[in-house]
Amino acid sequence: MAVKIGIPTALRKLVGGKDEIEVEAASVKEAIDGIRASFPELAQQLVDDAGKLRRFVIIYLNDEDIRFLDGIDTAISEGDDLTIVPAIAGGV
Amino acid sequence: MHLSPKSLIDTVGGTPLRRLSAVGAHLPAEVELYGKVEAYNPGGSVKDRPARQIILDAIERGELGPGVSLLDSTSGNTGVAYAMIGAALGIEITLVMPSNVSEARKDIVQAYGAKLIYSDPLYGSDGAIELAQEIASGPDAARYWYADQYSNPSNPLAHELTTAKEIWEDTGGRVTHFVAGLGTTGTITGTSRGLKKFNADVQVVAVQPDSSFHGLEGLKHLDSSIVPAIYDPSAHDEQLFVNTDDGWDMAERLAQEEGLAVGYSSGAAVVGALRVAEQLSSGVVVTILCDHADRYIARPVARKRRS
Repeated sequence: MAVKIGIPTALRKLVGGKDEIEVEAASVKEAIDGIRASFPELAQQLVDDAGKLRRFVIIYLNDEDIRFLDGIDTAISEGDDLTIVPAIAGGV
Repeated sequence: MHLSPKSLIDTVGGTPLRRLSAVGAHLPAEVELYGKVEAYNPGGSVKDRPARQIILDAIERGELGPGVSLLDSTSGNTGVAYAMIGAALGIEITLVMPSNVSEARKDIVQAYGAKLIYSDPLYGSDGAIELAQEIASGPDAARYWYADQYSNPSNPLAHELTTAKEIWEDTGGRVTHFVAGLGTTGTITGTSRGLKKFNADVQVVAVQPDSSFHGLEGLKHLDSSIVPAIYDPSAHDEQLFVNTDDGWDMAERLAQEEGLAVGYSSGAAVVGALRVAEQLSSGVVVTILCDHADRYIARPVARKRRS
C-alpha cells in the first residue's frame, strides 16, 4: 500500500524540497527499498553500504520508534505513516 | 571531617583534565592530549557554565525574579542546567525542546520541576529556537524572560571566565591547542577569548559535523542551520569536519579504552583533537568532553518515544 514518509528539514533538498514523500510498502524494509529505488540520494543518507539503517537514523511508525517494534521488519498497515528523524535534534 | 558549605552555584566548573593516553598512544611523547571532563559538573554537562552565567547576570540586571519564568530552547543539556539552577535558586524554568530528544533528558528536567514545551522533531533544534521566539514575542510574553543561549553574551563569557582559566592553570600555562565542537558556539568563542588573553599563540580549532544530517547531538552544521548571534568566526584558527560514524566509534573507544563514557559530541571532539595532535611534534592539546554517555543510551523497553 501507499505510505507517506515525513522527511526532516536537513534531507528535504534530496527530495526536491518536499516535506513528505510516498512509496509502496507493506513493511519498513520495503519502504527503505522503495526509497532506494525512487530516491537513491536520500537512501544513501539513511543506510550504510550493507543496506543497514545507520545507527543515528530513527524511524517512527506513527508515534512509535520502530526499534521498540520489529525494527525494519515492522509491518505497515493502511493509514500508517512513517517519519524519519536523526536520533538527535542537532542543537544544544 | 571537613564540611564545605558550598552552594550549588559554587560547584559548577573546576572539572578535571584527563590525559587520553590510550587513544593517543601513537602520538610522540612530546605531544600531550587531554580531555576536560565536563560530566563532573553538578548538572552533568559543560552547559552548567553558561546556564549559571546567564541566570546570575539576568538576576543582577533585575530581569529575572519572582513571577517571571526563564524561557529557552534546548535539545537537552542547557535545559538540564537551567532546570537544576532554577530549582536551587527558586526560579521557574520553561524549556522548548524537539520531542525526539532522549527520554533521559526529558525525565531529568521534569524531575527538577521545569515545564516542557515540545517542538516538531522534523524541524530539529532550529524548530525549537523558532517556537521559543514565537512564545517570547507572543501574547504571554510578559510571563517569560527569554534567555536565548544562542545570542546571549553571558554564554561565551562563562567560558572566557571559567573554562579558559581552568585550562590555563591546569596545564601550567603550557596549552598550545584548544579543540572543541560548535553548538551554540559559546565554548569556542569564549574559551578562545580567554586563552588568547593569556597567550595569543594558542591555536583554536572548531569541530563541526560533516553533514547537515548528522547524529552528533549538541553540534551544529553551521552552513545548513541558523548561525548563532554569539558566533565569532575569528575565534577559531582552523575548522575540522567530523563524520557521525567516526564520532560514535570514538565515543565507544573512549569508554572501552580510557574508561571515559562520554556522549557523541565528545567522540567527535576527540576525533578532531587527534587529527590536530597527529600533525605536531610537540604540544599540549586540550579538548572538551561535554557530557556523559548516560544521556544517550536508549532503554530496552517498549514505550512511546514521540509525544
